Amino acid sequence: MNLKLKIWRQKDADSAGKMVDYEISDVSPDMSFLEMLDVLNEDLIAKGDDPVEFDHDCREGICGACSLQINGEPHGPDRGVTTCQLHMRKFKDGDTIYIEPFRAKAFPVVKDLIVDRSSFDRIQQAGGYISVNTSGNTIDANAIPVNKHDADKAFDAATCIGCGACVAACKNASAMLFTSAKVSQFALLPQGQVEATDRVMNMVRQMDLEGFGNCTNTGACEIECPKGISLENIARMNREYLAASLKG
Amino acid sequence: MSGLLNTSIARKIAMALSGLFLIIFLTQHFVINFTSVVSPENFNEISHFMGTNALVQFLLQPVLIFGVVFHFVMGFALELKNRQARNAKYAMYKGSANASWVSRNMIISGMVVLAFLGLHFYDFWVPEMVYKYIEFNPEDPARYFPELVHKFESPVRTGIYVVSFALLALHLWHGFQSAFQTMGVNNKYTPAIKTLGKTFAVVIPFGFVFIALFHHFNQF
Ligand code: HEM
Ligand code: SF4
Ligand code: FES
Repeated sequence: MNLKLKIWRQKDADSAGKMVDYEISDVSPDMSFLEMLDVLNEDLIAKGDDPVEFDHDCREGICGACSLQINGEPHGPDRGVTTCQLHMRKFKDGDTIYIEPFRAKAFPVVKDLIVDRSSFDRIQQAGGYISVNTSGNTIDANAIPVNKHDADKAFDAATCIGCGACVAACKNASAMLFTSAKVSQFALLPQGQVEATDRVMNMVRQMDLEGFGNCTNTGACEIECPKGISLENIARMNREYLAASLKG
Repeated sequence: MSGLLNTSIARKIAMALSGLFLIIFLTQHFVINFTSVVSPENFNEISHFMGTNALVQFLLQPVLIFGVVFHFVMGFALELKNRQARNAKYAMYKGSANASWVSRNMIISGMVVLAFLGLHFYDFWVPEMVYKYIEFNPEDPARYFPELVHKFESPVRTGIYVVSFALLALHLWHGFQSAFQTMGVNNKYTPAIKTLGKTFAVVIPFGFVFIALFHHFNQF
């Protein structure tokens, strides 16, 4: 198939960017979206142009590196997939596809389609961990009983790959789904209780400092999340927050 | 109580609490208004009580005014912050693909309700205050019903009333269940809360509309 692409090009963080039109032909419906961009880049390089920069790593939906706002939705029109798992068969011959970086004040553009998502790392560093003695008398995690229901919910939360699609989709550029997943994966487990109060307070504070918006419960994040992280996590984080602030 | 209003979640919870408070107020207001359809005498009696009871006048009324002002000031503040959080716009943003119109436009439905509240204050509350506390008119326990009916004479007023309540319905369609989610309630009762919220969002605002139309058409 033949496609028209409108791609955000931006030289570096300090330059102004703009949408640039490209045409690409003979795209196989079996290609992934990133492979389609690879082909475009080979064309551009052959012509002596600058290739379009985009993030990717695993190309199998587990690392969260690939991003892209495709036709107004993070990771494109398909559900439950990342951009590397999106197939060109989701598009039709002659389509125009808008390809833009994830947009948020807390995700500044580095170049073209690459944004700096280290704000997520800083939220994680603010409290997304547990302190464990590793000096020889470490307790085997399996020795601590966890009920199946909580273990499953904690695991669900832990499947968040930190891709940032929730932020990109949200009209408020809120990072509540991500942060709540990272709070929940510990809040549900006995190992997470010791630091529970500080964890939620510090992670929420960092989330605000980074300049993410406020959740208004539109639910866009849950729909666009490639890992199906549930809004239940946001409710849990709010409960954790309430409990923590009442404790002082 | 370290984070009273200085974090996003604290502000959200305050927003939800004020919203829930307004929902309770709205229910109470509806029940009283509805008596005007059933029995003008009862309506007069209750209005007289509400208008002269010191607890209502000097405690509940100020609390209500604070609640309304707090809710919309906070609403505007959140909207502003949220706009700043996406400083560069998308060339193409498909909001409708993953979220309902009502959930994305609470500020619009809210602003229409606010404009209505302005008119409502001007229509009912300011004359009440002038009547009671400025002109010191003698209490007339039978004046409320005729005053109410009189307000719904004008088709324009009645029209504005209907449109405003339609937008309040949209506001609550999203807002009711949203407030519970914000308060951390998301469990096996959530489907029931959502149904209750949507029922409330239709029944109460359109109940107000019914009352308005009832008095409007009863005049002819
Ligand atoms: C009787 C009138 C009103 C009622 C019953 C009401 C109720 C609610 C409820 C229950 C919520 C959900 C809170 C949450 O999600 O946590 C809400 C949100 C909101 N309201 Fe109102 N509201 C009213 C009037 C207004 C007015 C006058 C404005 C003025 C602009 C307004 C603006 C907003 C905004 C912007 C939100 C979204 C904020 C958020 O979800 O975080 N509301 N309202
Ligand atoms: S919650 Fe979902 S959308 Fe958000 S960062 Fe995690 S995996 Fe990505
Ligand atoms: S490249 Fe790893 S998730 Fe897409």
